[in-house]
Amino acid sequence: MSQSPSVYKELAWQGLWKNNAGLVQLLGLCPLLAVTASITNGLGLGLATLLVLVGSNITVSLIREYVPNEIRIPVFVMVIATFVTVIQLVMNAYLYTLYQALGIFIPLIVTNCLIIGRAEAYASKNPWHHSAFDGLMMGLGFTLVLVILGGIREILGNGTLFDGADLLLGEWAEALRIQLFSVDYPLLLAILPPGAFIVMGFIIAGKNWLDSYRAARAEQPQKQVTRARVTAQ
Amino acid sequence: MTFKLAASPHTHSRRTTQQVMRWVYLALLPGVLLQTYFFGVGVYVQILLALATAWLAEAAVMRLRNRPIAHAWQDHTAIVTAVLLAIAIPALAPWWVIVIGTLFAIVVVKHVYGGVGQNLFNPAMAGYVLLLISFPVQLTSWPLPSELAQLPLTFGDTLHIIFTGFTQAGHNLEQLRMGVDGITMATPLDSLRQDLGQAMTLTESLTKPIFGSLGGIGWAWVNLGFLVGGLILIKQRIISWHIPGGMLLGLLIPAAIYWLFHPDQAIPPLMHALSGATMLGAFFIATDPVTAATSNKGRLIFGLLIGVLVFVIRTWGGYPDAVAFAVLLANMTVPVLDKYTQPTVYGHGGRS
Repeated sequence: MSQSPSVYKELAWQGLWKNNAGLVQLLGLCPLLAVTASITNGLGLGLATLLVLVGSNITVSLIREYVPNEIRIPVFVMVIATFVTVIQLVMNAYLYTLYQALGIFIPLIVTNCLIIGRAEAYASKNPWHHSAFDGLMMGLGFTLVLVILGGIREILGNGTLFDGADLLLGEWAEALRIQLFSVDYPLLLAILPPGAFIVMGFIIAGKNWLDSYRAARAEQPQKQVTRARVTAQ
Repeated sequence: MTFKLAASPHTHSRRTTQQVMRWVYLALLPGVLLQTYFFGVGVYVQILLALATAWLAEAAVMRLRNRPIAHAWQDHTAIVTAVLLAIAIPALAPWWVIVIGTLFAIVVVKHVYGGVGQNLFNPAMAGYVLLLISFPVQLTSWPLPSELAQLPLTFGDTLHIIFTGFTQAGHNLEQLRMGVDGITMATPLDSLRQDLGQAMTLTESLTKPIFGSLGGIGWAWVNLGFLVGGLILIKQRIISWHIPGGMLLGLLIPAAIYWLFHPDQAIPPLMHALSGATMLGAFFIATDPVTAATSNKGRLIFGLLIGVLVFVIRTWGGYPDAVAFAVLLANMTVPVLDKYTQPTVYGHGGRS
C-alpha cells in the first residue's frame, strides 16, 4: 500500500485527461452524441454513467476471484444491467422530467462500451478500492466531456447555458439559467446530431493541439540541458 | 546526349488551377445573368457578400496555418465555392445566412480537411446543407420571378431587405412573395411537391401562375443558362461529359419511367431537368474535380448515383430539391468508386 498515492494520481491523470473515455478512447459515443443538446442533459447522463461505472467496477472487482474466465463477460453485463436498472428506477422516481428527456439513453447505458471496457480492462484485475477510484475518474472524465459538449451546443444552438437545470438539481437551479444572447433563428444544426459530431471533432482537435503544445514546451529545456552537458565533457 | 530523368506523372495539364477555376466562374455567367433578370439584383449582393467572406476567412485560416495567404487567393477555388453557394441560396435571404454558410464552407469543410484538393465534401454544398438544416425558412423563401412580383423592388430596396429584413416602404419578405391573390407562392418544385402530396393532379397543379410553358417561370431559363455554361465547359475540356451525363440520365430515366406509370401524379421529366438546381448541380457542382470520382467509369457511376438520389429524394424525400444532399452522399462513395474503377495499366490484367 506504500505506492498507493501514486497509483491514485496515475488513475486520475489517465481517467481525466490522458486516456479520457470520450476524447481519447472514443467510447460511448452513442449517448455522448445523442443527448448532449444541453448542459443539463449532458450532466444528467454523465452522472448516471458515473454512478453505474463506480458501482459496477466495485462489484466486478469484488467478485473477480469467483467468476470463471469463460463466462466473465455475461456476468459483467449482468452486474452492469443491475446498476443501470437501479439508476433508471431512481431517476424515474426523483427526476421524472429529466428521465423523460433522456429517454432510451438511460437503459442504453448498459451498452456503453466504456463501462464494460473498464470492468474488463481494470476492475477484473485490480483490488476494489483502486477499481472504485478508476471508475470515479473515468466517469468524471466522461461527464466532463458531456458537459463541455452540451455547453457548446447549447450556446450555439440556443444562446443559453444551464437551461432546465432545475430538472436535475431542484428548484433553486432555475437561477443558474443564463441567457447569453437571443436570436430569432437559432443555429439548429448545433442541436441536431450532425452538430454533435462537428463540435466533438473540434473538441478532440483542441485536446490534441494542447497535448502537442505541451509536449513541444516540455522538450525545449531538455535539449538545452543535453547541449550543456556535451560542452562540459 | 543526355536524357532528362523526370518523375511521374509524365503528362501535364495545360492549365493551372487558377485558369480552370476562371473558366468555371466565367461559364456560370449566363445562368447568373438570367437568375438576376428573374430574381433581382439580390443575386449580385449575395455573391459579393460570399466573396468578401470567403476571402477574409481564407486569409485568416491561412494565417493560422502559417501558409502564404496569396497562395490561397491565387488559385481562385474560394471564388468558385463562394459564387456557387451564393447562387444556390434565395436572392433576398438575410445577410448573415450567406456569411455563416461561406464561413462553414471555407473554414470547416475546406481548411479543416487540409485546404485545396484535400476536402472530402463539396464545400459549397456542405455549406448549403448546413444552412438548409439550420435555417429552413430563409433557405426556402425564394423571391417571386420579376414577372409575377406585385411590389416593384429597387436596388435600394434589395439592400434594405437583405440587411434589415424590410424594404424601404416597410414590406417584409413574406409580403414580397405574395402573388396577385395574396397567397405566398412557393418555388415550382415545392409547390408541385405539396400539391401532389395532397392528391391533386399534375394538371391542376400546373395551372398555378408560377408555371410557364416550359416549367416554372424563370427557373427553366436559369437552368437553360447553366446548361449553356456547362456545355462550354465540356467544349473547353474543363470537365468531361461523364458526370453531367450520368447525373442527367440517372435523374431522367427513373423520372420518365415513374411518370409513364403515373402520368398525372408525378413530376414530368422535363420539369425535373429544368427545375431547382438540376443543371447547376450536373455541370458545376457534381463536377468539382476534388470531391468527384477520378476515372471515367467512376465518374459515370458517380453521376448516375447523384441523379438517382435526386429523383428519389424529390419524389419521396422530405425536401423539395435534393441536389446538395445527393452530391454529399455521392462524395462519400468516391473512395470506394476510385478503388474499384481504377483503370488497368497497359499490359496488365486482361485474360490470364
